[in-house]
Amino acid sequence: MEMNQPIGRTPLDERPDGLVGRPLDRVDGPLKVTGRAPYAYESRALKDPAYGYIVTATVAAGTITAIDATAARNAPGTILVMTHENVPEQGEKKEQVWPQLQGREVLFYGQPVAFVVAETFEQARAAALLVKVNYDRAKPKGLLKENRGAAYEPKPMTTSPTVKVDSALGDFDGAFAAAPVQIDVEYTTPTQIHAQMEPHATIAAWETGPDGDSVVLYSANQMPNRGQPALGSVLKLPPEKVRIVTPYIGGGFGSKLQALPEATLAALAAKVVKRPVKVALTRQQEFHVGTHRTDTIQRVRLGADKDGKLNAIAHESWSDTAVGDTFYETSANVTRSLYAAPNRITRHRLVNLNMPIASSMRAPGEAVGQLAFECAMDELAERLNLDPIELRIRNEPSEDPEKKIPYSTRRLVDCMKEGAARFGWDKRGKPGATRDGQWLVGLGVSAAARQNPLKPSSAGVRLGPDGVLTVRMAMTDLGTGTYTILTQIGGEMLGLPPEKVRVELGDTNFPKAAGSGGSFGAGSAGSALYVACDNLRQALAAKAGIDPATATFSDGAVNAGDRSVSLTDLAGPDGIEAKGEIKPGELEKKFAQYSYGAHFAEVGVDVDTGEIRLRRMLGCFTGGRILNAKTARSQAIGGMIFGVGAALMEDAVIDPRYSYYVNHDLAEYHVSTHADVPDVDAFFLPELDDKANPLKSKGLGELGICGAGASVANAIYNATGIRIRDYPMTLDKVLKGLEERETQRRT
Amino acid sequence: MKAFTYERPATVQDAAKLVAERPGATFIAGGTNLLDLMKLQIETPATLVDVNRLPLAKVEDTPEGGLRIGALVRNSDLAAHPRVRKDYAVLSRALLAGASGQLRNKATTAGNLLQRTRCYYFYDTAMPCNKREPGSGCSAIGGFTRIMAVVGTSDHCIATNPSDMNVAMRALDATVETMNPDGAMRSIPMADFHRLPGDTPQIETDLRKGEIITAVTLPKPIVGTHLYRKVRDRASYAFATISVAAVIAAEGNGRVGSARLAFGGLAHKPWRVAAAEEALVRTGSADAAADAVLKGARGYGANDFKIPLTRRTLRAVVAQATRA
Repeated sequence: MEMNQPIGRTPLDERPDGLVGRPLDRVDGPLKVTGRAPYAYESRALKDPAYGYIVTATVAAGTITAIDATAARNAPGTILVMTHENVPEQGEKKEQVWPQLQGREVLFYGQPVAFVVAETFEQARAAALLVKVNYDRAKPKGLLKENRGAAYEPKPMTTSPTVKVDSALGDFDGAFAAAPVQIDVEYTTPTQIHAQMEPHATIAAWETGPDGDSVVLYSANQMPNRGQPALGSVLKLPPEKVRIVTPYIGGGFGSKLQALPEATLAALAAKVVKRPVKVALTRQQEFHVGTHRTDTIQRVRLGADKDGKLNAIAHESWSDTAVGDTFYETSANVTRSLYAAPNRITRHRLVNLNMPIASSMRAPGEAVGQLAFECAMDELAERLNLDPIELRIRNEPSEDPEKKIPYSTRRLVDCMKEGAARFGWDKRGKPGATRDGQWLVGLGVSAAARQNPLKPSSAGVRLGPDGVLTVRMAMTDLGTGTYTILTQIGGEMLGLPPEKVRVELGDTNFPKAAGSGGSFGAGSAGSALYVACDNLRQALAAKAGIDPATATFSDGAVNAGDRSVSLTDLAGPDGIEAKGEIKPGELEKKFAQYSYGAHFAEVGVDVDTGEIRLRRMLGCFTGGRILNAKTARSQAIGGMIFGVGAALMEDAVIDPRYSYYVNHDLAEYHVSTHADVPDVDAFFLPELDDKANPLKSKGLGELGICGAGASVANAIYNATGIRIRDYPMTLDKVLKGLEERETQRRT
Repeated sequence: MKAFTYERPATVQDAAKLVAERPGATFIAGGTNLLDLMKLQIETPATLVDVNRLPLAKVEDTPEGGLRIGALVRNSDLAAHPRVRKDYAVLSRALLAGASGQLRNKATTAGNLLQRTRCYYFYDTAMPCNKREPGSGCSAIGGFTRIMAVVGTSDHCIATNPSDMNVAMRALDATVETMNPDGAMRSIPMADFHRLPGDTPQIETDLRKGEIITAVTLPKPIVGTHLYRKVRDRASYAFATISVAAVIAAEGNGRVGSARLAFGGLAHKPWRVAAAEEALVRTGSADAAADAVLKGARGYGANDFKIPLTRRTLRAVVAQATRA
């Protein structure tokens, strides 16, 4: 199926009480809580593995002058020390999958410079620490703000080549200059680390068959079908000779969209030692060997009339990545579609620094873009003495303001109004006016918007003689609940209970699928499964001699009128199979497709210490059909909590002398704990988007983080009257504002 | 991690002797800090002397009306002990403000006394650090200093002691009891137990080679309101930016009868200044006390905020303690 026409009425519309949408518990939950769901590093499919450990560069720029691996090679248990001197030949870099151990040049701190393989993990680590690497150290460039002058216009993203880097409409400069009310502010956001629970891990092994070599990787990977050509390029194999198996993933947040060096090194070493090699990054290595969300500088200019109607919008973003890389943060992309204004520009600039490789992290673009833009909107509302919700209502566009096409659905204003009512937004006071004991209390609001893409996916289904529907696809579940929603879709389409549906994911031997990323996983994979099930329904109905148009599927049978034929009979001893495929089509060009929401945050700021504590938070969202009320809510509040961390604490601090992240462990890189998120809730307004996909659903995995931190930042302003434009908003920054104000009062 | 020999001696003195006699031997109890340091090869003991089964896990009343806390009493147990809760609440509060439930279940009283700094540069063996590698230099000076000290620093080291428990122990005038390899016992006042970095930041305590902590003794309880105020960006599982352990006896009318004030996050050791307590009793002014606490304080950039933060937090603590 290609999405060229809005989907009409579907079997999922027939049963409002059906399986889809129910808050079904995770079907893989019991396996996970009892330790029977093997993650990559725990797989026992490959026998007798050796253990690898990565030696990383301890300088951020320069040249390796010598590597002395003698002690490491002589250490107990060492099998191989691989360096640039003896690494097997590799092919071309593809996307962000780089050949490893290439030459003497060091581009960033944490770049792998050697790989030690030993009989045990402990031996590999001990030997790795014996590898002596000498460098001719160069002065590194590490700070975006110091190197902003070197920024250039990057090439469009390889993953979305048709999306422009810059955009312009009307006459921004003229309109902004003439605007009676102007906001011109610069916000900065820090480097953030994915900090997913499961580290990057791979077990790799080679096989030689009649038609040549192939490699299998048990590897935590969100998009295994994307990984095949990329790893294949580096390993000089055709994509189909790279098999990636990744049935369970302990979180990724974008860090596992592509294979990291640990996968490549495991594969290279496994070839040399002719034995499976397994490796996981340490938590400390995750910060530098792994990717991160780049820091940004963002300038937002808003020109409005005295009623708050926007006439000019500019959103410019500067970000950085490693030398030789092309990833830029698309902070301003969503601004192209969010609010009406006839004169507008967006612009992205990139700097290459001696820092690790920047890449996608949960809602790349939107997450940090809305941290800046939604605060600038709050500043405009404040200047106009206008309620920030009213400001957004006054700038609600009737169509996508840049593409000039209609929205498929858009209930942003509904989200704002409904959320405000449930949250008690009317209790918001003037900045600095609400006090509760030692706490200055404030409320903040922000819009949330995230694009909804559909990616090509396919699925295979088989109804067995036991009446069990087996679903197979190279889709992944990175902890989001994919197994569960696919169980629900398959079950409802065939009229089967969840226990009669078996979903098998995470193996590139299965039909190709989008994988998990960019909020496209559920919609894309779910739609492929929908199509496969629809095809299976046709086949079953035909076999039963029932008109597929009038057939209903329930209680393990296909029914029409008073006829009912059991599915087990129809499956027969050999079972019956079908395939399904979904592709994006014309509708993504004809309609602007986003999911929307509104965040409401209440914070307390300690008047003495400047400590900021979230008191409560509420999100009101729309995401088309909700496939599972429980996992959808979990995604939403998970994203919101992510946003709270972005607002209040997440910060990989760069020491420019060494160009590295100083606080590279989870003791000093802070993410929210339970105590930081006491009362966070989310709900969804009913919506069906018949232009998005046959499920009428939209992406939810990233919507929760979009704008979430901005609502917290705006609440801090409302609590204190102090506007901080440098994320994260830590107590020292509040304290500075409090001290300055108290000094002013005294003088 | 370097391969090591594991020993589990039967008596306290045997443990002390083992560590004294074996090169590169060290004690291990809860291991919540040491094992991390070993994995990163910041510490590379040749022998680990496991003291967990030694009979040092009791909490007992002393004849003087105080409390003797065995070296192996776990942080969770100590925080929950009825007498600690009743008579030494500042200690209970400090313990519960530290680490996480899981860590407190493993961490011991003596181990907490000996936990090492969280200085980012100490934790990365690629970076110069006088504490880890004497003479290599201090990367923190001129680097990112948010968690570094503002008083008692030297040109060699500006690291802080990260413990919450130690701050309360200092306020309570605890005494550390030890046994030496020859069996001789020694009592070390908390004031003297931790050292300032000076030009030997690698030497952090007054303990001698092989000297083993057997207990920490608290004198009989003192009157006053017990408060532990830990200031941090994250609500849980974060080291203090600064902290204040206070036992303040208010007499009404804004007067303070007696005061004990110790500070965490400011120095290489729990920071307590007698002149600050005297000033608070004499004047009732938290600012006067803060002046004494912060005498000679200097920021290193990102930690400049600790100076006003200490003053403001002390004001809040004194106000809370003297509130009717």
